[in-house]
Formats: sequence, C-alpha cells, structure tokens
Amino acid sequence: MKNLFKSLVIILSIALIPSLQAKAEEQIRIVGSSTVFPFSTAVAEEFGRKTKYKTPIVESTGSGGGMKLFCAGNGKQHPDITNASRRIKSKEFKKCSDAGIKIIEIKVGYDGIVLANSKKANVVKLSTRDIYMALAEKVPANEDGSELQDNPYQTWKDVNPKLPNVKIEVLGPPPTSGTRDAFVELAMDAGAKTFPALKELRGSSKAGKNKFKRIARTIREDGAFIEAGENDNLIIQKLDQNPNALGIFGFSFLDQNTDKIQGSIVNDAEPTFDNILIGDYPISRSLFFYVKKNHIRMKPSITQFVKEFTSLSAMSEDGYLVEKGLIPLSPEEYKKYKNAGKNLIELEL
Amino acid sequence: MSKNLSIRHRAEKRFIAYGFISLILAATMLATIIGSMIYRSIPAYTNYSIDLEINMTEISAEDEFEDINFRGIIRSSLFSFFPEVESRSDKRKLFKLISSSASYTLRDFIIENPSYINKKFYFNVLFTDDSDLFYKGYVDTSLSESERRLDNQEVAWLNELKNTGRVKNKISKNLFLNGDSREPEVAGFWGATIGSLITISVTLLLSFPVGVLTAIYLENFAVKNRITDFIEVNINNLAAVPSIIFGLLGLAVFINFFGMPRSIPLVGGLVLSLMTLPTIIIATRSSLQSVPPSIREAALAMGASEMQVVFQHLLPSALPGIFTGTIIGLARAFGESAPLLLIGMVAFIVDIPATFTDPATALPVQIYIWADSPERAFVAKTSAATLILIGLLILINLAAVLLRKRYEVKW
Repeated sequence: MKNLFKSLVIILSIALIPSLQAKAEEQIRIVGSSTVFPFSTAVAEEFGRKTKYKTPIVESTGSGGGMKLFCAGNGKQHPDITNASRRIKSKEFKKCSDAGIKIIEIKVGYDGIVLANSKKANVVKLSTRDIYMALAEKVPANEDGSELQDNPYQTWKDVNPKLPNVKIEVLGPPPTSGTRDAFVELAMDAGAKTFPALKELRGSSKAGKNKFKRIARTIREDGAFIEAGENDNLIIQKLDQNPNALGIFGFSFLDQNTDKIQGSIVNDAEPTFDNILIGDYPISRSLFFYVKKNHIRMKPSITQFVKEFTSLSAMSEDGYLVEKGLIPLSPEEYKKYKNAGKNLIELEL
Repeated sequence: MSKNLSIRHRAEKRFIAYGFISLILAATMLATIIGSMIYRSIPAYTNYSIDLEINMTEISAEDEFEDINFRGIIRSSLFSFFPEVESRSDKRKLFKLISSSASYTLRDFIIENPSYINKKFYFNVLFTDDSDLFYKGYVDTSLSESERRLDNQEVAWLNELKNTGRVKNKISKNLFLNGDSREPEVAGFWGATIGSLITISVTLLLSFPVGVLTAIYLENFAVKNRITDFIEVNINNLAAVPSIIFGLLGLAVFINFFGMPRSIPLVGGLVLSLMTLPTIIIATRSSLQSVPPSIREAALAMGASEMQVVFQHLLPSALPGIFTGTIIGLARAFGESAPLLLIGMVAFIVDIPATFTDPATALPVQIYIWADSPERAFVAKTSAATLILIGLLILINLAAVLLRKRYEVKW
C-alpha cells in the first residue's frame, strides 16, 4: 500500500518536470469553420513540411465559434487565424475592433452545397422553389403566397407534378452548422422569393424581412428532413442504402464519391466544378480566412503561412487545394487577395 | 401441489431461456459491430508503394539539404518509366499518382543517412490514396470516366507500373507510427494514441488520490450533518452531468481564468478528472462500506487509531472495489470527445506529443476528424482507429479484472 502511494508520487513528479520548462517556440493557432478545415489543414501540413516552423494547430470550431475566439483579444492565449465559410458579420467586426484587433481578410475560394442521391436512382432535377416547398415548415397555400399553411407535402410529386412519386426524405446538417446556414440562405430564400407576396414582404420593412426569413428558413420537423452529421462519410453510406433519400453536403464530398452518389440538378445547373466556378449553380458560397495583424510581430511565421495559402501551388486551378475539392477564385480576385496577404492590407467595413 | 410445482419449474425454464436469448442477442450485436469494423478497416493496414531508382550521383556532399531538389529527383525517376509522356499537364497528372509526401520522406531519409549522396539506390515511395484504392480493387473501372477518381489514362499508367514488378503492397507503417495528416496514406493514429494516454494519466494521477481521500474522509471522519449531506447529494449529482458541461467548466476556469494554453493534455486531463472524480468517490465509498464492521471493530479494540484502521485494514480490503470503480471511470473518460471540443483538443495536430503541455488530440477525436474527411480512404482509417480504441479499452478493463483478482479478500 505504502509502495503504491510512493510510486504514484514519484510518477507525478517525474511527469510534471518537463512541463515546467518554458517553451521557446510558439506555433500558429487556427480556429474556425469545419468547411474550411480540410483546406486549412492541408496548407498547415505543407507549411510544416516546407519550412523550419512547427505545423500549425488547426481546430474545427465552426465559423461562429471561431470568430468568438478570434475576436476575444490579442495575446498568446488567443488564436492567430480564423476560418469562416461566410464573410465576417459587422457585429463581429465591431467586437474585433473594440478589442483592438486588426484583421486581414483573405478569400480562399468557393464551395458548392449539393443535394445528392444514390447512383441506383435517377438524377433528380429540382428548382429552388421545389426545395423550399419540400423542406420548409410553412408553405404558401395559394399561388401568390399570401396565405400560409403547415407543409402538407409527403412526396416529391405533391410538390411538383414533374417530380417522381417518392417520399420526401432529406438528410441534412444540424442547425449549428455553417453548411445549414448557407443552404437555407441560398436555396430556401431563393425558393420563397418566387412567390410574389413573400417577395413583397421581404422588401417591405425590416420587420417584414425578419418575418420572411422566419418563413423561408425554418425547416420542417415532421421527419421529412432528417438531421444527420455535417459532411459525414456516414451520410454517403446511408444514401447508398436508401436510394430514395437525398443528402445535403459540401461539394468536396460529391467530388470524392462520384462512383456512389450523383448531384441533383438545381435550376437547370449541374453541381460541377465549372458551373460553381462561373456561378451558374445557385447554391454556392465563399470561403475566407481572417488573420490577426497584431500577432505578426509575435509570430513572424504567420506571413509565411499566408504566403503558402495564397501560393499558386495551393490555390491555382491545379493546386493541391483544388485537388481537395476547393473551387478556386477568378484570376482578378486571386490577385486582389494575394496582394492583401502580401501587403498586410487591413479589412475595413 | 404437484401442478403448482410444474408451473414453477416451467417459469424457471422460461426465465433461463430468456436470459440465454438476451445473451445471444447482445453477443450477435457486438460481433456485428466489430465484424463490420474489421471488414471496413481492411484497406487501411497496407499501402501500395513503388521502388523508384534514385539517382543522386549529380549531387555533391557539399550541397545544403535545402538546395537539393528532391521533388525533381523523384519526378525524373518516375518519368523514366514513361518516356512518351511529354506535355506538362500529363507529367503533372502522372506525378499525382504517387504521394505528395514522397519528396519529404526522401529528404528526411537523406538527412539521416548522408552517405547515400553520390549514389544510385532504390527508394520506396508511397502511392497516393486514389492509386492505392485502385490497386486494392476499390475503383470500379466499368463506370464511365467522369464517375470515378481516376481516368482511363491514369488507370493505364498504374497498370503499366504494376507490370514493372516494382509495385509492392506493404504493411502501412504510417498508420501505426504517424500523427494526423491530410493525406490518407500518411495519416496515422499514434499521435492521438499518445495524446489519449498522456491525458488519461493526468486524469488518473489527479482523480485517484483526490477521489479516494475524499471518500475516506466522507465515510470515516466527516461529521454527519446537513453540510456533508449536501456535499453527498452534489457528488451523486455530478456523476450524471453531461460531459460537455465539464468542457465548459474547463474552458472558463483553466483556460480563461488561469490562462493555460488550449489543446494541451494537461487541461484535458484536468477536465476529464473532474468528470471521473464522482465515479471514483462513489465506488470507493461503497466498497469501504462493504468491508465487514467486525474488521474495523477488532482493530479499534486492539488499540489502533482511526487512521491506522483505515490505512491498514479498511483500505486494503476495499482496494478491489476502488480499482474497479476507478477503471470504469477512466474507461469512460478515455472514450470521451465532447468536453475536449471546448478546450481545443478537437484539432488537426501533426506532431506527436511528448509532454503534458504539448498540443495533442485524443483517439475519439481522431476518429471524429477522420469520419468527417471527404477522402474515401479515411473510411477505412476511421474503422481501424475505432478498433484500436476498442482494443485499448479491452486492455484497461482486463487490467481492472486482474487487479481485482490480485487484491481480492474472501471473508
């Protein structure tokens, strides 16, 4: 018994000695969006291999969570970079400026959000209006959208007679995810806007706009929309087993699994690399990362990291990020953000 | 009377049958889960690679390592198989068949063995995950070109390379020895395993002594009054609190208030020990209670002090129960990922941690990150890492059984 406690004490003291020594080098710390995570980590790894610096630590906290950590302040315990699958909000920007943080904004590229089903079934042809009608909690009861009702539709055929007579089953991300935010904003809003009364409501006033958002962006909870993990390989397996179901995820998952699933056509555009690039595919969003300029003096390697991220070997059309499923920027935009990174141009809103 | 007896016998037989059926059901479910994990993880354990002829004769020993174009050396060696490939885009496509880590492994090899400069030798280079899956038969070439990751030309190149006889399927050392990576062929779970072990040892070192001492105090020394009752209720309550709450607490106290860095196993261990403490305290108290009162009374009658009674008589007899409780608590902490999210241990970390303050991640987190990655090859890796986690948990539980056997006292 005595021996047991003695050895415990010895182990404890041996174990704590190294942790008391001060660290000489600090590595870059990155937080933020889980959508940008695969790209950010790829750059971090390449940076760690190429340079003498340690590989940066990349945390997957979600866009909002990342902003919160990033804008908390300057100093060692706060992250240097945050990734976001949307642009920084003015509220967040204000919080950052109030904390004395200077930000450099870099746009990385685009990401398409796709609806896909198993290859065992036919390709689905949808419009954003169909998506809204199938997934919203409240849908218009008449043609112009002035009266609303609880979503009565059980099959795709109920929504639109041109669609197959199959039960509506959509696997999608939970409300906490940026993919979900972008999906409701881009697809459902666009669908709701096709009803004149709803469009009018949106343009009427601030209160009207909020009401519109509530109508357009609230997803039904009666089982037709199934919350699954976000960007999860399991969704692919579930779609494979259930050919009637549709799944919602980032383009890179479609890109990696083209032998098992196929992307649905939305508003006559297929979710292909080229269609997202030229903007024909309606559900696509921009990806960003934000650099804390104040930290560059403390960690000069940040500039090197930004250089690696914005290098041609990463971001150009045959760069390694595109290989991972990123849709690259247009040459003009690329020039703009490469320059912002190089000359440390501060973001102003 | 005899009718009643037969009814009771039948009831007993039915009861035994129900029990047996439940056992079979549980065993089948477990076997299905583990079986499917093993089946899915098969492609993860090996990796196809090719022996490339590396020509370093044009490089002199005076050259700095940074100046050597390792990428170029590997490229020219690979291109020597296909002299007909000339256009730049084709060359790029061809080079993408092998892992992007190749030039860095060659660099590290030369730095360690500088004697290879000036020589010609064969060097084993990994294929990228897509080529690897093709060789393993997971790419359906009957599909049209646009529906698979490799086009016809790439498939033809890979077949041609295979015909040279230099392509081998080897056990993937990277899987067992590396930290995380974005390239499935390079990624491994060793970093996460070490991170888990460091975290769990912090948890053990903190929660075991604190938990056992708390339990002894509450059980044998504390006065029974409202305050101790209140504490007792709270300890029992804590055992049922969702684990993410402990993560929130860790974020607020250890990181925000004490200013400890994020992502380190020390903070992870502290948070998890908060989570395991109630389990250990409850287990210790109940095993102290189960020691027969005669032992305690006999010791007291012989003139032993309270402390002597506890440390020389009660504790040794209660040890098996304490160990079981501790290990159940630790096993739960081992499989936990939710509280680690908030303290920054759900992260991409390449370097393998060595101390309590090196950034680290944990096995359950590694499984989560891989399950979330788009590359197909990570599906197999996810299953392999899950099997390792299950294996480690079996080891921990086995240790619990052995310790219990060793210290068991029969009354």
